[in-house]
Amino acid sequence: MGGYGDIQCIDENGIRLDGRTAEQMREVEIECGVIPVADGSARVKWGKNEVIAAVYGPMEAHPRKIQRQDRAILDVRYNMAPFSTTDRIRPGFNRRSREISKVTADALESVVDLELYPRSKIRVEIEIICAEAGTRCAGITAASMALADAGIPMSDMVVSVASGKVHDIVVCDLNKEEDNYGEADLPMGILPMTGELVFLQMDGDLNMEQFQQAWDYNMESAKEVHAIMVEALKRRYGGDE
Amino acid sequence: MTGDSTSNESGKGSTLVYPGQRLSADGSAQAGHGVRLIDGNLVAMKTGNMVRSGNTVTIEPLSSRYVPRASDLVVGYIEGMTNNIWFVDIGAAFNAILPMSLAPWKVEFGAVRQHLGIGDAILCRVQEVDETHSSVVTMKGMGLRKLKSGFIEEIPPHIIGKVIGKGGGMLQQLKSLGQSRMIIGQNGRIWIDGELSGMSETRKAMDVIRDTAHLPGLNERVAALATE
Repeated sequence: MGGYGDIQCIDENGIRLDGRTAEQMREVEIECGVIPVADGSARVKWGKNEVIAAVYGPMEAHPRKIQRQDRAILDVRYNMAPFSTTDRIRPGFNRRSREISKVTADALESVVDLELYPRSKIRVEIEIICAEAGTRCAGITAASMALADAGIPMSDMVVSVASGKVHDIVVCDLNKEEDNYGEADLPMGILPMTGELVFLQMDGDLNMEQFQQAWDYNMESAKEVHAIMVEALKRRYGGDE
Repeated sequence: MTGDSTSNESGKGSTLVYPGQRLSADGSAQAGHGVRLIDGNLVAMKTGNMVRSGNTVTIEPLSSRYVPRASDLVVGYIEGMTNNIWFVDIGAAFNAILPMSLAPWKVEFGAVRQHLGIGDAILCRVQEVDETHSSVVTMKGMGLRKLKSGFIEEIPPHIIGKVIGKGGGMLQQLKSLGQSRMIIGQNGRIWIDGELSGMSETRKAMDVIRDTAHLPGLNERVAALATE
């Protein structure tokens, strides 16, 4: 990370390559119930990212050795489709998708009431259809939405947003160029009702002041995304209100 | 009480809520199904309709997995077997077991495959559910059998009431629409049998019910299919 090439991601007026200001998010669209055969599902369009998540379960956990006697297990699989980026991604699991699957599962386990379903499994599948920076954030958000659509009991919905730093300026919701050529990236998983954190990673360098600013951007953006998630649930279940 | 109202909230009413939504902080309400008390607040744990009945707040989920109860009539699929039991997928968190002693035939030990194979559909009844959520089903009973014809439609278990209707009215409407026989399993699986054209009409009606059960005017929408 950090300063490769001559790409100017933000100009002297604070306008970014895609026309946003430093604190603006990309456009987010969320729809749930997009996969009829799944117990719950959601599609998230976040900028040019497109992610579909599906939830199945709770179901019997197989093989038996993976069952936990006191709670369900959350089996999360994050995968990028080979056509999701300009360079073809080799199909199948790799280290990055394993890492993202694990952090997503850890984030969601903080809110899902797993003790209600001992010895069972809840399967979460996240498929990236189109990637343009911030896929793990869009994936976590989509998975949370799919769990809510499936009626899985949760204490809150997880919203994930990433802010970062380009040319020493903290910006909200990095796009592709900012992610590739910027100096820092701070994705976070937030519980919008309490402001608690369930997921945090950081690449690059941020001093305390910049970290605080990125934190604030993420918290504000999480509230906006949460409102969009609630609207999506109302459209699916509430009719024309 | 926060949430979007779909009807009068005084006393008994319903409101659409989402996971994490704070429902009440006045300390007087009690947490019912789908609601948890966290830091003095009643918090919705599921997406559904909040129903306040007296002092108790519950959530009627809008999407749910089947929870087996004893004496439920269910449609199951055979998922596997050992020498003396079948494992039956009844759409719950755990498979049920069908011991050979509760099958309608005289089954020899080790000969279970001759009667029911993997993928076969059966109409059975939940006999018991233990504290570990495992259930035992039986095929000994009137009408319980292997389902050899027709097809099985799946709907979310919480809208079975809509499919049956008041006094069985919707069910009668569906049967006459497609001139089909129908058996409704409590696990959301409905067996439909009859002429192909009729079953196709019934399937369309089931799609309408599945997609719009939460909206008013369901009877009219299904009746409109009969006139098309």
